[in-house]
Amino acid sequence: MTVAMEKPEQTQTAEPIAPAVRVRRISRAMVVAAILVLWLVLFAVLRGKQTLSLAAADLTGLHRWLNDVNDSIGADRNSNPLFLYFFNEIRLIIDNLVTFIQDLISQPSDTRPVPQIGWLGVVGLTGYVSWAAGNWRVALLAVAGFTFFGLQGLWQESMDTLALTLSAVVVALLFAIPLGVWAGLSDRVNRIMTPVLDFMQTMPTFVYLAPLTLFFLIGGASAVIATVIYAAPPAIRITAHAIRSVPETTVEAADSLGATRRQSLLKVLLPMSKRTVVMGVNQTIMAALAMVTIAALIDAPGLGKTVLQALQSLDVGTAFNAGLAIVVMAIVLDRVTTAASAREEAARRSRNRFPKWRRPLLGAGAAVTAVLVYMSHTYVWAAEFPGDGGMGSSIAGGADDVTTWLQDNLSGLTNAFRDTITNGLLNPFQSLLTDSPWWLVGAVLIGLGVVLGGWRAGITTVVCLGLLLGTGLWSDAMTTLASTVVATVLVMVLGVVFGVWMGRSMLVDRVLRPSLDAAQVMPPFVYLVPFLALFGATRFTAIVAAIVYAAPVAMKIIADGVRAVPETTVEAATSAGCNTWQIITKVQLPMSRSALTLATNQGLIYVLSMVVVGGLVGAGALGYDVVAGFSQGELYGKGLAAGLAIVLLGVMFDRITQAAARRASA
Amino acid sequence: MARHWRAGAAGLAVLGLTLTACGGAKVGDSSSSGSKSSGKCGTFNLAVNPWVGYEADAAVVAYVAQHNLGCTVNKKDLKEEIAWQGFGTGEVDAVLENWGHDDLKKKYITGQKTAVEAGQTGNKGLIGWYVPPWLAKAHPDITDWKNLNKYASHFKTSESGGKGQLLDGDPSYVTNDAALVKNLKLDFKVVYAGSETALIQAFRKAEKNKEWVLGYFYEPQWFMSEVPLVKVKLPAYKTGCDADAAKVACDYPVYDLDKIVSAKFAKSGSPAYDLVKNFNWTNDDQNTVAKYIAVDKMSPDAAAEKWVEANKDKVDAWVK
Repeated sequence: MTVAMEKPEQTQTAEPIAPAVRVRRISRAMVVAAILVLWLVLFAVLRGKQTLSLAAADLTGLHRWLNDVNDSIGADRNSNPLFLYFFNEIRLIIDNLVTFIQDLISQPSDTRPVPQIGWLGVVGLTGYVSWAAGNWRVALLAVAGFTFFGLQGLWQESMDTLALTLSAVVVALLFAIPLGVWAGLSDRVNRIMTPVLDFMQTMPTFVYLAPLTLFFLIGGASAVIATVIYAAPPAIRITAHAIRSVPETTVEAADSLGATRRQSLLKVLLPMSKRTVVMGVNQTIMAALAMVTIAALIDAPGLGKTVLQALQSLDVGTAFNAGLAIVVMAIVLDRVTTAASAREEAARRSRNRFPKWRRPLLGAGAAVTAVLVYMSHTYVWAAEFPGDGGMGSSIAGGADDVTTWLQDNLSGLTNAFRDTITNGLLNPFQSLLTDSPWWLVGAVLIGLGVVLGGWRAGITTVVCLGLLLGTGLWSDAMTTLASTVVATVLVMVLGVVFGVWMGRSMLVDRVLRPSLDAAQVMPPFVYLVPFLALFGATRFTAIVAAIVYAAPVAMKIIADGVRAVPETTVEAATSAGCNTWQIITKVQLPMSRSALTLATNQGLIYVLSMVVVGGLVGAGALGYDVVAGFSQGELYGKGLAAGLAIVLLGVMFDRITQAAARRASA
Repeated sequence: MARHWRAGAAGLAVLGLTLTACGGAKVGDSSSSGSKSSGKCGTFNLAVNPWVGYEADAAVVAYVAQHNLGCTVNKKDLKEEIAWQGFGTGEVDAVLENWGHDDLKKKYITGQKTAVEAGQTGNKGLIGWYVPPWLAKAHPDITDWKNLNKYASHFKTSESGGKGQLLDGDPSYVTNDAALVKNLKLDFKVVYAGSETALIQAFRKAEKNKEWVLGYFYEPQWFMSEVPLVKVKLPAYKTGCDADAAKVACDYPVYDLDKIVSAKFAKSGSPAYDLVKNFNWTNDDQNTVAKYIAVDKMSPDAAAEKWVEANKDKVDAWVK
């Protein structure tokens, strides 16, 4: 579950391949092939030996030790000074923030039966802020979106979710922006911070959810902190990136004019990177919304609860209705922050060209908004959303009908498809990974790391594999790895097909993009229930879930890459008589090679972030270990170790693919 | 420009005043004032574990606590582990339906002493292996474990590696299935579905399309009223036959589901504690309320109200 709705950085177009490079590439491909052949030969000889498998209920010493640590922390919670003076204080501050926003928009406070600001006020405020920070089009979208929550009959739930999301984003940015600036200014800080951020983003939330409630109690504070852990990293990374990409000459110019360090930070670096930083805020909001259902597991109020409760009785319709509200909220917030960053950019380019009438209009808008807020504070009709959410029940009914139809009519077809993929691709690959001796798989992975990513990537691979052995879950990790690789291959196939299509046609892009956004923030279980009916509780269902979540990112990145290929090059190829197929395969794809590698990297990380969800629908292995650790005290340590294993797989592949990407674009 | 803007503001103010003048009922008018909770009960923090049967328990207890005792009930949706953890931190007062969980009892009741038992709910929890009804009808002998190997090949799936598939569910519940398969020498492999949702979908689909599914399940469970699964007989349970987890070769015991409260709550003298202690009903009662919630899609509160109206005598016994 990494960043939802990744907006890729502009990918540079690669230079045409020089002949010398081509020779080296061929030899590299040959080395890879040789490694794979050797692996197959040794596999045939050594099959089933030293596979390090561990049964579902078995534990290792490390797992027991982690259990003991967890127990001892819990046992002296009430006497430990760290709890009394540190964690409790943090909890108090964050709890107050959450309660304050909830009283404002979602929960009745002491004397009032309704929140301070009713629906009319919230809709008015949202519209006004969207218009002031963005433009009138996103303001309309925001007003329509928020009114839609009320029509769905989910006003209060949506406002609870909004309150928690806002609190989490505020807290996240409070830390993220200074840390990001620091990491942007100092290489050393950046190097230390990167693995920490990787850890925060790939460690499955289930692993730290239970300890969090021990540290920060059940309630708003824990939910906010869980969300912050997951949502802050994108803002830190993007801020650092923004600071770094301010042209060196600009900074030097400021220096030569005698600017102090502080001045050049405040007057040059920060203003010039504002636009990208706003994109970081955007990513943080999206990531926070992706946590809504998980936070509901520790009693976070809002839409997540509605989804979970509906799914207990497999009420897909109701769950879909609430999921749709999350999607709408994500799209509104995404479009508004994107528009805000575009306005930032425009404002920076031309400080004076704003129409004169904007200021009075802003004032008038503020007055109208104030009236709306006042009315919603005072009158019942403006405080409580009128109607009974009839639209919500028709959406739920419609979703139910569609699900039933799919389940009834497609299952024969889907079973054949599932069996083909499972028997043809997944099973052979998985047995190759799990039935080979551990040292053989390790050697192959290290070899591939060195050949594809260079020596540094090779060293990272060695370290990661060593730690992976230490978790005691080697065999489970290999099972998960097999599904992950198969899912990533399918993600890339879809990514290339749709990415190229979207990259070549703006219209297709516009039509598809909202559904891609929806696929990324819709809580997975909403669409997994019909998938479970179609494919059963199998590894294949888990793969499908991963594809739904990861393919949109790959598509978006590839579409951007294809679009970045210079128009003139494509025109030249057309006039040279190339047909569409040739243009795609000989010009557009090769020239967006670094976008393809970035898409593979992100695709893989996103697939890994769905491992736990996969464990809930039949994937077994690491995902199941994490879920079991969350559910049973005795398995806690094993779940934590499994979470670590997922992080290690993620870091290993991230470093190899990134190094490979640098080589590809070099 | 400035004049325009002033005119606009004035217009808006007029518009605002007009709207306010004919605004309708005000917030805080007597009609909308909330229910007051009187007296000595105060707040009652009730954990709600994530299954419908529990939700039925919680709905009824919360309804009675609110309407008969005037408590302010805070329902908290939590998994078992986290709910028990909440006893110590004072965030949770009561857990209404506990399935065994000797590990948690050991940790929180005898170890940390933050929780105490509050008697049985009256519900009997069954755990075991189940097949869809069509299968039990078509092959009646399948409900005896001794015949399972005969049919093993029918249960093969893409996940079971050539053996029959035994589908396990949510890891929250007690399971000895891997050991059972081994010790009963069954030609089956345990496949972890990972969630109750996955399990229910598997059975639902199996009954509809006449597929072969053998899976871990439990009752009371709302899904039984939709598809009445049939239990497979395993070697009978005798006290102590499950003492060594690796050597288990017998059925699961019948669990007397019980209630757990925080030690503080038990000593608080709150009438809600007496309610929890006295709360007792049958599997049929729970299934009725669970069906209202899961199948008829009533809100928990409405479901509880309907049941309480129809069962005044039982409720009176709890709050006397």
